[in-house]
Amino acid sequence: MLRLLTTILLACSLSCTASAHESSFTPKLDIGKGGKCVEDEATMRSHHYELIRHQRDETTRKGIRGGKYSLADCVDCHASKKNNSVLGSSENFCQGCHEYAAVKPDCFECHSSKPRKAAGGVK
Amino acid sequence: MSEINNDRRQFMGKALAMAGIAIAPGVMLYDVKAGNDGKPASSKVRWGMLIDSNQCKEGCDDCVTACSTENGLSGGKKSTDSQWIRKVELKDMRSGRSLNLPMMCQHCEQPPCVDVCPTQASFKRADGIVLVDKHRCIGCRYCMMACPYKARSFVHEELHDQNPEVPRGKGTVESCTLCVHRVDRGESPACMEACAKAGHNAILFGDLNDPESEISKRIRTVATSQIRADLGLNPGIRYQGM
Repeated sequence: MLRLLTTILLACSLSCTASAHESSFTPKLDIGKGGKCVEDEATMRSHHYELIRHQRDETTRKGIRGGKYSLADCVDCHASKKNNSVLGSSENFCQGCHEYAAVKPDCFECHSSKPRKAAGGVK
Repeated sequence: MSEINNDRRQFMGKALAMAGIAIAPGVMLYDVKAGNDGKPASSKVRWGMLIDSNQCKEGCDDCVTACSTENGLSGGKKSTDSQWIRKVELKDMRSGRSLNLPMMCQHCEQPPCVDVCPTQASFKRADGIVLVDKHRCIGCRYCMMACPYKARSFVHEELHDQNPEVPRGKGTVESCTLCVHRVDRGESPACMEACAKAGHNAILFGDLNDPESEISKRIRTVATSQIRADLGLNPGIRYQGM
């Protein structure tokens, strides 16, 4: 009896998790231009902040430009084609996912949320 | 900021450099220029400017406008507006002689703003450019009080649509960056370019450490001065014709 109950509970919880993955709760993101990222998707999802935080100190304080990780590069690839920005609505790349994760990024209080112009800027 | 202090710092710097050589003989930690090549700014370079007040024309503020456009400043002149460069007119009341010159962050070798910063947000890059690391700035404005040139501004309001290369934001202090984003890709600051475009050529930017650079040659041959040289800060901005 106990075994049956456990099986039913387990099955129930599994189906709940499965449906949660495809539910309307997950953000529908406009990834913009997209393409191949500097790291794989899982690494970027969990570690993107550590990568750009390291790079920001290197660039700001030491003047190392052209590093592999750069916030401006994130924006260049992921700005929505609709409003040319990574912010604006819960579909936009940065805002959408951070809203879902209930995290408030303050990058864009100073940094531009729009891509650099096509003419060669500093990376 | 006494001389004794400076000497001590230089001694410590040299001692550390010697230690560095001892640790890693034959290994160059820094190359000459920062840029897109992934190399850091080098202390072999010291960026500076020479401003010729004889060439600076009354009524012309092209350098100020170019700075605003390049760095996304509003161009306003209220006390709460950011002004990275100002046109100043000086007049000797006895002789009636008047002078025009642009004033901005003097990029001191011994910057008081860096000394007083409680979070080390104010810093001097290896190549002599004095900057604010806005990731660390808490907006206390000690540096604004410490600066004898009144060169720094505080951002009072939220900003939008910043230049992607020039991040600026509410609650932080900012000042002339010598257009560090342009310098790092081998260009000259926007004010110098605008001045040359207007045909005045009053601003000359270059490497003060390179004896062959145009700025070094000019400083060797004509009389130039630093503003408030008595403070012993050794500014990287020099003036001619004062």
